[in-house]
Amino acid sequence: MKKQDQQNSAKELLRKQYARMVEKVTPSSKLLEGCLRSFWVGGLICTLGQAFSDLGYRYLSLNSTEASTFGSMVLVFITALLTGIGIFDRIGKYAGAGTVVPITGFANAMVSPAMEYRPEGWVLGTGAKLFTIAGPVLVYGITASVAVGLIYCLIGG
Amino acid sequence: MMLWTYIKVFLCGGMLCLMGEWIILKTKLTPARILVAYITAGVILSAVGLYGPFVSFAQAGATVPLTGFGHILAQGAIAAVQEKGWIGAFTGGLTAAAGGITAAVFFGFLTAVLFKPKAKQ
Repeated sequence: MKKQDQQNSAKELLRKQYARMVEKVTPSSKLLEGCLRSFWVGGLICTLGQAFSDLGYRYLSLNSTEASTFGSMVLVFITALLTGIGIFDRIGKYAGAGTVVPITGFANAMVSPAMEYRPEGWVLGTGAKLFTIAGPVLVYGITASVAVGLIYCLIGG
Repeated sequence: MMLWTYIKVFLCGGMLCLMGEWIILKTKLTPARILVAYITAGVILSAVGLYGPFVSFAQAGATVPLTGFGHILAQGAIAAVQEKGWIGAFTGGLTAAAGGITAAVFFGFLTAVLFKPKAKQ
């Protein structure tokens, strides 16, 4: 009897240890998987952008700055289209930050609410919701750039 | 040579996205905050002269992520200040970033007009 008790408590201990191990391992493997997914999808999106900008540079006689803008514009166009036909959300669910961090995330954040709030009207629905997330991004980006310009001006640019 | 460029683009762009995912999962920041953080970080890194060399190394791997958008804003503002003085701080940023922003507004609006939202599962 005593032996069985000991065995049981040993089993109990093992089970607890196992549960603790699972707890420790699960979130980090989720973290690893999420990071890997966003790495390869995000990397691929940037590579596509490079390909489009190379095409623009070679065949549309754009200079290198214009070509890089052109690459981003094509990505924005593709994102808008894929969001419209409902495919982009699926890619986004898989890739997480892999689609959020590139310019595709900015484009998707404009199109998605603009489509969703269309029933509220062309002006306050589509027109306004286009900037739900793009608005704050532009506010902080523009404010920071004006600050940079003014500081540059002050310290003798 | 071209292949090496594309490898650099893939690795650097991927790393920036990986960092974003790591921040999202670790801090529960929403994607909207990530976008704001990335563009602001891009402006600052560009202003202190770190992002420019990164762009010439990683090309689209640095310009396609939203930090690159911040870099364009900051460099536009600085270039315009050099050219026109203080008024450039107000005109330079958006002038340089006009292509990307206008494309996003135009294509975004067009899509929202043309497509009906799908019912969410």
